[in-house]
Amino acid sequence: MKLKKMAQLYISFFKIGGLTFGGGLAMLPMLQREVVETHHWCTEEEILDMYAIGQCTPGIIAVNTATYVGYKQAGFFGGVAATLGVISPSIIIICLVASILQNFIHLPAVEHALAGIRIIVCALMLNTVVTMARKGIIDILGGILFVAAFILACFTPVPTALIIVLAGIIGVIARSVEGRTRK
Amino acid sequence: MIYLTLAFEFFKIGLFSIGGGMATVPFLMDLTTKYDWFTANELANMIAISESTPGPVGVNMATYAGYSAAGIPGAIVATLSLTAPALVIIVIIARFLENFSENPTVKSVFYGIRPTVAALIGYAVWELLQIAIVVTRNGVSQIDILSALICLAAFLLLQIKQLKKLHPLVWIAAGAVIGILFQL
Repeated sequence: MKLKKMAQLYISFFKIGGLTFGGGLAMLPMLQREVVETHHWCTEEEILDMYAIGQCTPGIIAVNTATYVGYKQAGFFGGVAATLGVISPSIIIICLVASILQNFIHLPAVEHALAGIRIIVCALMLNTVVTMARKGIIDILGGILFVAAFILACFTPVPTALIIVLAGIIGVIARSVEGRTRK
Repeated sequence: MIYLTLAFEFFKIGLFSIGGGMATVPFLMDLTTKYDWFTANELANMIAISESTPGPVGVNMATYAGYSAAGIPGAIVATLSLTAPALVIIVIIARFLENFSENPTVKSVFYGIRPTVAALIGYAVWELLQIAIVVTRNGVSQIDILSALICLAAFLLLQIKQLKKLHPLVWIAAGAVIGILFQL
């Protein structure tokens, strides 16, 4: 019984992983169709809650949401089955694309195309930074953290992980100081 | 033992990258200087391919990075290691914590982390720009004006609402065409 559930979870999340482009928010429609409409594993609201938790836990949002749904359905191994399901298409597709691309990467046309693509990737990522900064920076401290983190990452050898941990600690301290002064 | 090193590095990325797939890019950028698995140049290709193929971008990038480092076994090790920390954390949250995303402490942590993650992705862009628009001719590095203008134009176009909605794949395809047309 449990094995059947695990197989179902694996297959469903394999579909979700293989059919969403981009991950994150892009997976929500597929997730709703598979998990809510087809299998009735949870309700619309529960899916949104799980997605919210997926967003505020470390790791890839799509994977986190899969783990959560799987765990709620069939415990730890359900979580494992759903996680493996959502990452399997990536492993297959990326290994295939990477091995094919290896044979063509030194053609002049491919080199020119990749040079153009690199420029566009910069623009796309810069756009991500602007969008995230607009949403994430809500006051002066946020602005200071943004500038400080950028300088630390670009011009000092401070480890990236440490910058993130420090930012979280500063967030907690700032909010508790704020709460106290309000009282 | 490259697999152990891969497992360690990607476990770390899975543990500390918060806020979606793009949050892993600064960590991948760090790997380009720490190991000879892939160059910053190749990382830019990986990002483009990961955005244009099915699957979560963060997972695709980890798989690609692992593949570049140690072939198919490397891809599997990197991807599994990336997802391992979240598996443990999610199970703990699901079992013991109610309303995790509404928890005040969690909110405070994110209040500090959100601007920082944006800045760290900014750092990755900073590094990528140096390989995308800076050219070295006869040992002298200088900004390639045409590349810089294309980048600026693309960024400005991305601020238009209707164009913003286009899938990244469309932009990346346009980049390939532009690259071939202008012989970049």
